[in-house]
Amino acid sequence: MESQLLESEQTSLADPMATRPFRVAKNQREIDGTHTIELRPADGDGFRFAPGQFTMMYAFGIGEVPISISGDPARAGTLEQTIRSVGAVSAALCKVRRDDTVGIRGPFGTPWPVVPAVGNDVMLIAGGIGLAPLRPAIYHLLRNRARYGKISILYGTRQPADILFRSELESWRGRFDLEVLVTVDSAGRDWRAPVGPVTTLIPRAAVREGIAMVCGPEIMMRFTVQTLLDRGFDADQIFLSMERNMKCGIGFCGHCQMGPAFVCKDGPVFAYPDIEKLMRVRGI
Amino acid sequence: MEGIEKLLKEHPFFEGIDAADLATIAGCGANVRFEVGEFICREGEEANCFYAIRAGRVALELSAGNGDIVIQTLDQNDIFGWSWLIPPYRWAFDARAVEVVRAVRFDCSCLRAKCDGDPRMGYDFMKRFAKVIVDRLEAMRLQILDMYGKPTVGV
Ligand SMILES: Cc1cc2nc3c(=O)[nH]c(=O)nc-3n(C[C@H](O)[C@H](O)[C@H](O)COP(=O)(O)OP(=O)(O)OC[C@H]3O[C@@H](n4cnc5c(N)ncnc54)[C@H](O)[C@@H]3O)c2cc1C
Ligand code: FES
Repeated sequence: MESQLLESEQTSLADPMATRPFRVAKNQREIDGTHTIELRPADGDGFRFAPGQFTMMYAFGIGEVPISISGDPARAGTLEQTIRSVGAVSAALCKVRRDDTVGIRGPFGTPWPVVPAVGNDVMLIAGGIGLAPLRPAIYHLLRNRARYGKISILYGTRQPADILFRSELESWRGRFDLEVLVTVDSAGRDWRAPVGPVTTLIPRAAVREGIAMVCGPEIMMRFTVQTLLDRGFDADQIFLSMERNMKCGIGFCGHCQMGPAFVCKDGPVFAYPDIEKLMRVRGI
Repeated sequence: MEGIEKLLKEHPFFEGIDAADLATIAGCGANVRFEVGEFICREGEEANCFYAIRAGRVALELSAGNGDIVIQTLDQNDIFGWSWLIPPYRWAFDARAVEVVRAVRFDCSCLRAKCDGDPRMGYDFMKRFAKVIVDRLEAMRLQILDMYGKPTVGV
């Protein structure tokens, strides 16, 4: 029942080009330049999504950008999105205030394989803001903890001040049924945890096989996949969330094309064998 | 020496090594322990040893004017120190125990002499070390890319 729900979320909008107004319930600053916006549909109707999906967020009068959903899929009716301010649209979205209106299309795209992962060990590997698209999968796995084997969350970011969802990571680390390893690229002396790229955590993780879900900068994902393969993970058990410029979000315009695949429709979550060759082509 | 040999057998760096070679190498090793905060080596000092970490965490630090920066940490099952391989044999960083560290320290004058005396063993040993160095360089490359700062393709 639940698995059917998770697999069918992708087709939940009648007119995928119609923007739906959402009201801002909260704007929470996470780290420097990154905010989580909590939204509720202005029409009061629900909002459901599967972990890994994204929406097209429209800052009225400025523009529309794809942003992954970062909230709990079990909280129907609430949409959380975590945005890093890098340009005009993302900066405007980071500045919204309570009761402002934001346009939303979606949810779109393929989900993380939380359903096929049932019964397996799961490793989630995130880099930088890549923890945001993985957070709904983490919520789902924890809510259904008994259905999965070992779970390891590996997170890498630039420096301790850039750790996203820090208090949540700390509380997850306090659980006995979950492993959380965090590393940074450099740190001051007061940092006692690992320093080094996220790939160096993989050999230390309790999960040694099973399903891996990876999200972060593309170069980090390439090296992560290589390390996972070296550790004996099967290529078809490795899933990555890809990013490309988008316009329509539903496979019409070709903006997000990556070889034969459309990231908006065939992704953003891909099994590694489906994009392996494309990841090695420069400029795609 | 049998004690050191047993410890080394459990360390991945020595995985699959010829038993006689292991006994020879163990002859240059000694068990050491460092307390939290203790410096294991200091930048610029003579490097005449390397360590196979058995437990605990070591931070490699550089002094950067406005404070010390941890550039890497090494843990159980890691190897640290390759300055003994290349003249002028000086440590290129400070290393400090972040947790209580238990390690095997190898006297490199002893080790160099044994490798020179048995080039086959020396070659095998250098190949193992080359892997450590390459892994470390790859890790460093990712760190200095500042990959979390900006997108690298597409977007
Ligand atoms: C499926 C998908 C999911 C995404 N999920 C998220 C998410 O959860 N949170 C989030 O913050 N972003 C996410 N993004 C990226 C987000 O869509 C872009 O950051 C956004 O489109 C930038 O638009 P802009 O108008 O603010 O900046 P632009 O004016 O388009 O770009 C301004 C500058 O920022 C650079 N830039 C563009 N994109 C990025 C980027 N991703 N990271 C860093 N610099 C960038 C550009 O090269 C340019 O120099 C996602 C993208 C996709 C395709
Ligand atoms: S964004 Fe238009 S085809 Fe993907």
